[in-house]
Amino acid sequence: MKDRAALIKDLGRIFPPDRLLDSSAQLAPYESDGLTCFRSRPSAVVLAETQEEVIQTVRWCYQHSVPFMARGSGTSLSGGSVPVADGVVIALNRLSRIVQLDPVERTVTVEPGVVNLKVSEVAAPYNLYYAPDPSSQQICTIGGNLAFNSGGAHCLKYGMTSNHVLGIKAVLPDGEVVHFGGPSLESAGPDLTGFYCGNEGLFGVALEVVLRLLPKPEFFRTVMAAYDSMEAAGNAVTRIVSSGLLPGALEIMDRLAIKAAEAAVQAGYPKDAAAILIVELDGEKDAVESDYIRLSALINETGANTVIVARDTVERMKIWKGRKSAFSAVGRLSADFIVQDGVVPRARLGEALAEIERLSNIYNLRVANVFHAGDGNLHPLILYDGREEGALERAEELAGKIIKLCISMGGSITGEHGVGLEKKAYLPEMFSPVDIETMERVRAQIDPKFISNTGKMLPGGEAPALVIRGLHPLEKEGILSRE
Amino acid sequence: MVAESTVFLPAEVDEAARIVRENRNLRPRGGGTKPALSSPLAEEHVVDMSKISGILEYSPQEFTISALAGTTIREIEDALAENGQYLPFDPPLATAGATLGGTLAAGLSGPGRRRFGGIRDFVLGVRFIDGWGNVVLGGGKVVKNAAGFDFPKLMAGSLGRLGLLTEATFKVFPRPHSTITLEVDCGSLAQALTGINYLNSLSIDLEALDLIPPGRLYIRIGGFADSFPKRIKRLQELLEHEGRLLENEVESQFWEQTKEFSWSSPEGFLVKIPMTLAKVEKFDEAMENYGLARCYSSGACLCWVAGKDSRHLPDIDSFLHSLDLTGLVLRGNVDYPILGAQKGLGFLRRIKEALDPEDRFLSFKETISESS
Repeated sequence: MKDRAALIKDLGRIFPPDRLLDSSAQLAPYESDGLTCFRSRPSAVVLAETQEEVIQTVRWCYQHSVPFMARGSGTSLSGGSVPVADGVVIALNRLSRIVQLDPVERTVTVEPGVVNLKVSEVAAPYNLYYAPDPSSQQICTIGGNLAFNSGGAHCLKYGMTSNHVLGIKAVLPDGEVVHFGGPSLESAGPDLTGFYCGNEGLFGVALEVVLRLLPKPEFFRTVMAAYDSMEAAGNAVTRIVSSGLLPGALEIMDRLAIKAAEAAVQAGYPKDAAAILIVELDGEKDAVESDYIRLSALINETGANTVIVARDTVERMKIWKGRKSAFSAVGRLSADFIVQDGVVPRARLGEALAEIERLSNIYNLRVANVFHAGDGNLHPLILYDGREEGALERAEELAGKIIKLCISMGGSITGEHGVGLEKKAYLPEMFSPVDIETMERVRAQIDPKFISNTGKMLPGGEAPALVIRGLHPLEKEGILSRE
Repeated sequence: MVAESTVFLPAEVDEAARIVRENRNLRPRGGGTKPALSSPLAEEHVVDMSKISGILEYSPQEFTISALAGTTIREIEDALAENGQYLPFDPPLATAGATLGGTLAAGLSGPGRRRFGGIRDFVLGVRFIDGWGNVVLGGGKVVKNAAGFDFPKLMAGSLGRLGLLTEATFKVFPRPHSTITLEVDCGSLAQALTGINYLNSLSIDLEALDLIPPGRLYIRIGGFADSFPKRIKRLQELLEHEGRLLENEVESQFWEQTKEFSWSSPEGFLVKIPMTLAKVEKFDEAMENYGLARCYSSGACLCWVAGKDSRHLPDIDSFLHSLDLTGLVLRGNVDYPILGAQKGLGFLRRIKEALDPEDRFLSFKETISESS
């Protein structure tokens, strides 16, 4: 692409040389999104520091019909931030101002490069926090969270990213700058803010985002219960959910995941348990205590063989540490694994897990299960040895079977990771040709030249090869996990 | 000259799709409880969805319910109540006969939105007929889903102008076992707003927090009744007011009347205005001067304004513009139901062009002041 290279030099009118990367060595780190290993080389990476630079870059790309992709920290688990080949990557990490924090309205306006956890940090002096908590929250950015409508462990009660985004300023793929939403929790007219969330980068680049902040829960009750069978743990979830209690989090880990987590961080989980359930109640102290009396009685009836109740923050964090590090811990058992993100109706969790176990035996691949039981969001980790010939292909095939299983049960191919590159071939299993054509029509109006993160979510187009080898360095450090 | 308006009454989704393919200027109607949104102007035709009705799927264990658009909110709430569940966004006008589709298209939530969020936070999936006459599915039927564009959210507040809703799936929650309400008269609007701000800043789980000017706060809590004495005492101490307790029938009736807008005249106008705490005082002063009735709901993120004479609406429109606020007229004589500052029209026009290029449904316009 010699012409493209010459064209790219023209971006030097917007960016100084140290923020316009176009040599092989400079581009290499941006080839993939690190956690999944689709690879694709962009023509250039620009390090934007101002909203105006982003707008100018998008307009430049539109004028020259050059595809672009906005990138935060590149933690996408669906290949969503793999560059468009020979396109421009607009890196947003430096576009990270906290524009305004309003403790009275309980909102904060941020630029897209602000790291998720940073939002809660700046809100903390006002006793506020930002609820969506994807496990990569130490490094993932708000721009990426918005584009992929990220979830976390507290979705059942608190919802996903889009439930916490109130307003957006964005540059559309043809350079028009639009504003919608605002500081109010309510709106009049179509919910454009909600529609923009989860667009997977197909609707241009968000430049400023108004986020809703919540008062920090004043009290928690965190309980870990161990069971002799996965079925018993699943039944406990059903019991809790139908009792009228609404826990902030309801998580399950299976035997393999428990073993891995214990070996890695010694969270105090019973090593011989077949499954553990983590339940957390949060909110106003007197209400939580009243709910907790019911919860304890319920758990006692569910046949748990060990129950641990966190007595303080330290113990609570210990229970959570095992859960949050489970994925990197599984990496100790097998350097290579694929993580899936399907959703099934909660009542069919047991059935889904039994089927996954059956498939695991057929394919002769170990599968560890760590999942958001409260909302039926599975995260099966398919372990394989990348050195063994054909193992990756077998693992991929198994992953595909699991996705189809979720669809056949009336669920979804993705709960919180997005479709990206990884699952776009499965979108037509969930939506009809007419549904997808409608999405295409909307996209064509918003991005007439198909240059904004093109090739993601919607079927069609060339996909880069899938090669997964080993843990990401940050996973090895336990900083990140794939959930 | 006034052209004759037709009222179509499809019994099946396919029939509705054919009506869309064969006509223009269609105005969908559910229960007709929000006449400013559902009454036809000249040369418009109504698609009455009341026959496309019924619950399709309800799994209490899943916390989800799917129903056809013409199903009444009351029917849904009754089915949910049998399993101790409810629609947490607390839809208004249920007794008046509001439907699921109408409530979603209008984007309406009631005082209970305070606890867990509004209608846009609970809609999981939709099926709608777009301007091409296609039946399109968006979202899903499980409580968590990130696949495809979020058409369900787009349809919240779409006013029947982007498509004709035929079906929707909602997330539901367990209903609090009991509720109780503390009424506190703070004496003045300023004092009441201070109270709201204080309560907003604390981790206190309120089912509702409404303000009736000048200074009366209605604070509703829910859960197991054994927790109430301590929690009420705490509220009284925080607000330094004994207040008055509303319990049982009296309590549920108070909130029922609030949701039905019993305080407003059915012949007059009613406007919904998304609000922020900082703008209440200035806004309220103007409305007081016009002699209009107000209720600030859900910690004052939402205001309802009512009056007898629709001639006030242009004044409200320009005042909303001056405060950079938006309004939605539910009752009253207007050509176009959105008042004040409309955001994102550039983005919305593209979506409209994709979904309804031939204006089978009504279009989005600039509001009165924007076009003048």
